[in-house]
Amino acid sequence: MLRGIAALLLFQLLGESLVFLTRLPVPGPVVGIVLLFAALQAGRRFGHSGYPRIEAVADSMLANLGLMFVPAGVGVVALWGLVESQAAAIIAVLVLSAVFTLAITVWTFIGVRRLMARAGEKR
Amino acid sequence: MRSPIELWVYLSTSPLIWLTLTVCTWIAATEISQRLRRNPLANPVLISVIFLSLVMTAFGIPFETFFAGAQFVHFLLGPATVAIAVPLYRNWENVKKLLLPIAAALVVGSLAAVASVVVLGQAFGLSQEVMISFLPKSATAGVAMAISSEMGGNASLTAVLVILTGIIGAVIVTPFMNLMRIQDYAARGFAAGLTSHGIGTARAYEVNATAGLFAGIAMALNAVATSVVVPLATSLLMH
Repeated sequence: MLRGIAALLLFQLLGESLVFLTRLPVPGPVVGIVLLFAALQAGRRFGHSGYPRIEAVADSMLANLGLMFVPAGVGVVALWGLVESQAAAIIAVLVLSAVFTLAITVWTFIGVRRLMARAGEKR
Repeated sequence: MRSPIELWVYLSTSPLIWLTLTVCTWIAATEISQRLRRNPLANPVLISVIFLSLVMTAFGIPFETFFAGAQFVHFLLGPATVAIAVPLYRNWENVKKLLLPIAAALVVGSLAAVASVVVLGQAFGLSQEVMISFLPKSATAGVAMAISSEMGGNASLTAVLVILTGIIGAVIVTPFMNLMRIQDYAARGFAAGLTSHGIGTARAYEVNATAGLFAGIAMALNAVATSVVVPLATSLLMH
């Protein structure tokens, strides 16, 4: 377990460092995803296997991803004063924007997927 | 022997009790959510936040005291984001086939998330400062706050809007997709992660493993896309 945690921390650290050095407009943990993914692919190619250890830790963290948002969520209640005066308008914009974004994203994904399937059939 | 009141005074100012309470509340909330068959309204993040906020208010605990304990959980957001590489690696053969829909949905979705705020914000008469803090709301918290302060928004306000977007999206995504009769779990998950970052991703993992994977991919990609789209939208807003 400890090695899995160490690997995740290490790749986050690498990601953060790379972002700091190159001034990339990307969050460090996102670069960490890319680096860890590349390392796992390379590991498969060279037959090295620390993978099961990382997999166990990663899966249990992702299964409890919501927990990590709880402190920030409690912060929202503490900071409610910031939105209180315009609360109704803000909630309305949030809900409508979320529905719109969900709809347009899912339809684009499905639309392109269908187009690809159709192009595949023709071939 | 010291009195129980002394014990409370001692404990309530230590990080330990708030960390313990946060983790135990989460476990109870996931239990409740499972018992209610993952009903979208019984969202474990929402249940935990409401319960903990009630406790804080009831005992008059300042947020800083709570966060001194809860920050250890908060810190895990980074490594948990990196962890998305694992399901990505495991399912790469399937993901590879869907790179085109992923790219298209990312471009259209990230623009929609920002453009809808501009249009709706003007319709509902939001002030310009609020609007700028609003724009990066679909990106994950750390990124959104960084973008907001760079554009002259209020980072704390952005944090509030990010979390609210996350919870709202996580609550509406399942009923909305069912209403639309969409059964493609890759597409459903991608939309959830793009709209509602990690909280949407957490919800997607509850519903379906494929949805969770694509939500994670969308969350990571939209963090990058939002940091490109928001500066553009802000410069348009200023003119």
